[in-house]
Amino acid sequence: MTEHPFAITLDVGSSLANRTGAWRTERPVYVNRMPPCNDACPAGENVQAWLYEAEDGGYERAWRQLVRDNPFPAIMGRVCYHPCQDACNRGQLDEAVGINAVERFVGDEAIRRGWRFDPPPAPTGKRVLVVGAGPCGLSAAYHLAVRGHAVTVRDAGEAAGGMMRYGIPAYRLPRDVLDAEIGRIVDLGVTVEQNRRVDDPVAALAEFDAVFLAVGAQLSKRAYVPAGESARILDALGVLHDVAEGERPLLGRRVVVYGGGNTALDVARSAKRLGATEPLVVYRRTRAQMPAHPEETDEAIEEGVRMRWLSTIAYAGSGRVVVERMRLDDNGFPQPTGEFEELPADAVVLALGQEVDRSIVDSAPDIEVDHGTVRVDAHLMTGRPGVFAGGDMVPSRRTVTDAVGHGKRAAREIDAWLGGGTPTPAARPPLATFERLNTWYYSDAPATLRPRLDLARRASTFDEVVRGLDESTALFEARRCLSCGNCFGCDNCFGVCPDNAVRKLDEGHRAGSYAIDLDYCKGCGICVAECPAGAIEMVPEEES
Amino acid sequence: MPVNRVKFYQTGSYAVGNRLLDPRSRAVQSDPARTNAITTGHRACQGCGEALGARYVLDAAMRATGGKLVTVNATGCLEVFSTPFPESSWRVAWLHSLFGNAPAVATGVAAALRAQGREDIRVIGQGGDGGTVDIGFGCLSGMFERDDDVLFVCYDNQAYMNTGVQRSGATPPAARTATTDAVGPAPGNAFGQGKDAPRIAMAHGIPYVATATVADPRDLEYKVERAMSFRGARYLHVLVPCPLGWGSAARDTVRLARLATQCGLFPVYEAERGDVVAATPIRAAVPVTEYLRPQRRFAHLFRPELRTDVIGRIQAIADANIARYGLLEAGHD
Ligand SMILES: Cc1cc2nc3c(=O)[nH]c(=O)nc-3n(C[C@H](O)[C@H](O)[C@H](O)COP(=O)(O)OP(=O)(O)OC[C@H]3O[C@@H](n4cnc5c(N)ncnc54)[C@H](O)[C@@H]3O)c2cc1C
Ligand SMILES: Cc1ncc(C[n+]2csc(CCOP(=O)(O)OP(=O)(O)O)c2C)c(N)n1
Ligand code: SF4
Ligand code: SF4
Ligand SMILES: [Mg+2]
Repeated sequence: MTEHPFAITLDVGSSLANRTGAWRTERPVYVNRMPPCNDACPAGENVQAWLYEAEDGGYERAWRQLVRDNPFPAIMGRVCYHPCQDACNRGQLDEAVGINAVERFVGDEAIRRGWRFDPPPAPTGKRVLVVGAGPCGLSAAYHLAVRGHAVTVRDAGEAAGGMMRYGIPAYRLPRDVLDAEIGRIVDLGVTVEQNRRVDDPVAALAEFDAVFLAVGAQLSKRAYVPAGESARILDALGVLHDVAEGERPLLGRRVVVYGGGNTALDVARSAKRLGATEPLVVYRRTRAQMPAHPEETDEAIEEGVRMRWLSTIAYAGSGRVVVERMRLDDNGFPQPTGEFEELPADAVVLALGQEVDRSIVDSAPDIEVDHGTVRVDAHLMTGRPGVFAGGDMVPSRRTVTDAVGHGKRAAREIDAWLGGGTPTPAARPPLATFERLNTWYYSDAPATLRPRLDLARRASTFDEVVRGLDESTALFEARRCLSCGNCFGCDNCFGVCPDNAVRKLDEGHRAGSYAIDLDYCKGCGICVAECPAGAIEMVPEEES
Repeated sequence: MPVNRVKFYQTGSYAVGNRLLDPRSRAVQSDPARTNAITTGHRACQGCGEALGARYVLDAAMRATGGKLVTVNATGCLEVFSTPFPESSWRVAWLHSLFGNAPAVATGVAAALRAQGREDIRVIGQGGDGGTVDIGFGCLSGMFERDDDVLFVCYDNQAYMNTGVQRSGATPPAARTATTDAVGPAPGNAFGQGKDAPRIAMAHGIPYVATATVADPRDLEYKVERAMSFRGARYLHVLVPCPLGWGSAARDTVRLARLATQCGLFPVYEAERGDVVAATPIRAAVPVTEYLRPQRRFAHLFRPELRTDVIGRIQAIADANIARYGLLEAGHD
């Protein structure tokens, strides 16, 4: 010890000589767990990560993070059924984060401000043919192009988009939004050829190094409905296609739609906009069993679409239909009751589901079809090496988002196949469950609801029904995210350590900018207990 | 509540910092340049609430006084674990004399500074609950009565921890300590004894009295800053869980402080000139059992049989606090 002035006996802060880290039997370790939203996203978006960027108004950063996985945020923000929100941990606290609404806001900002994708890397020299310009094919094209492959998309339709253009009505997905997000992929240098039906994908292997099939499920399922000669019976996809082309199919005033899926509701809601006074949806089972998304059923009913559950169409005649009441048997299956009723109907539209047009693989005997869909292996490859398939034409949940996810996965698999390997799947960290959060630290904040277009307006126009959030509500909504399982820079660990053993790597206040000073950490675990997001874990010393 | 609660961020202002807040609205503890008044290498147990509380208080006081601060410490864990010869963890001017005289020494330091015309330098006296509510109580009451210009801070871990967990005047009823065995029909510390030091301080009519815990650093920092805006005698009573003495897990220190406030056993409030001016409402009410169960000093209330009679009496104390301070009235959240 040095000479001290009067009454000074100990040196300032000299306890640093005492390495209390030696007391420790467990150490805290920062972790990144899988947030339930990311886990549930069929397109594999890192939702928590892009919400984090949006929280400080960094919408472009948020957008760039988002489009690493999904090139269609503005489309997603309108048509995705957001399974992320069903999984969101905040739902157990008050209400799920309005992820989908924020996604739409970010996507719309990108369009408004003209943000472009980063230019692709140097060409690999590999050429890939994508068959079908629906969400699946376009997603694959995008993810292949950003890996430097030369991509040609050939599509049988008039314009690109698949069911996003010819199925989903404009009041749910405005065409300028669709065009803007597809245009960005074309700008990457992807060649998109319309009116180019591909019949022999195997033959294309002569010209391309790999082929990806994404032709969707575009045939309307047929069902036998006994009908009189003058009955007017249409199929849903045909009606929606005509509407998409700007035509006004002759439906009359009293339209009966047969089916219980989203397509049925889209037809009924379109019919209402085309002048039908009281479109009626007839479905065999109960409301709870309808495959349609409940939100869409609600919106349809609000708009004046009527529902007739537990009913089948027994006969369609001129200006009328006969429906039969059903009842559920003990197994939950609908059974006829023999009770009939006649209803007025100018037209009957069948919306009983879609099937894959298998003629695309007719010429390739090694590509198998199973239960109406094309069989692929775990790498999305068909029985024919070099030919991959995804989207509605393979077994899937048949949503735009699943199609985008397939496209992304297929691109990864094709990329690996072109390089002669199999992709190493990113390790999936354990789930960030609700129990791991310290919810004390989150303030109450109920979800913001997206404004609904005035009912009167939407019954007569194809204007968009669900409007976007404005900046301040989008920001509020993004900030409702709990950042499950991932550090978000709240400084709590830095504050609550009784031993000052948490260091800030820089000015802090940033996700992941902390480190534990193991020379002094005694291993009390308070930082772990008090981390709001559950992003720190105790690990026994001998294991680390 | 006078603490500026920012509602819409993920964590509002309940967490120590928030990257979305401007630096001025963040807690002192979020600042990488905070004083760290009691620094790394001290010998407090794992998860010591007292070490944490002392840093919260003194770092805030250092910011409030621009570093012009002298600290006087009573004997107790805080003194012993921070200054085992020849080391010191202190990065503030700090002096120690005896177990029972810290308020008097602090008064003397304030007088000496006044004599030198250095009233810009402020004085904090601090000690454990034993040093404050028992052996130092005469000195403390005198300091209040004379309105000496000192902020006295009691780090209340509810027993004499440094000498092996003996009962103090702040030990809660039914708690087991080395001197209040958990045996007989009324196990642990007796009901109806002990002292409510903050209310006794209020009775002196001094400018400022407040309670706080290590579970809410922003509130604690606010109270230190507020205390420093007054001249004269001020008193701050901070609940600091002690894993060793309470028989609790080291990681639960902050959680137990929080549960103490949310069950109503430890009311958080502030008073000026003898009148309560604000109380922190309960945000997530819990029964006292939530707070008692994780602590081994209350284990005899749950095993071998559930002592609903004793727990009922403890709950009645919590309910009385809730009623007295209006803790369940509409809050800020
Ligand atoms: C009315 C309706 C509404 C829907 N609403 C929603 C919704 O709100 N949200 C949601 O997530 N999902 C919705 N879906 C489902 C969703 O649209 C589909 O799951 C998705 O579009 C499937 O994408 P895909 O790329 O696999 O196929 P598709 O979108 O069907 O695209 C296939 C493309 O391949 C082309 N093609 C077909 N055959 C050939 C060939 N031989 N050669 C070249 N090109 C060919 C087609 O022209 C088409 O462009 C809806 C579906 C319908 C029918
Ligand atoms: C006059 C005198 N009596 C007894 C002691 C022994 N002693 C030192 S610290 C302490 C207890 C301190 O208890 P408390 O003030 O509550 O502080 P804690 O250790 O709990 O933080 C005792 C009894 C002493 N130092 N001086
Ligand atoms: S709170 Fe945030 S991170 Fe957690 S599931 Fe919801 S959106 Fe994802
Ligand atoms: S006995 Fe209690 S007060 Fe003393 S150092 Fe240990 S935890 Fe802290
Ligand atoms: Mg004590």
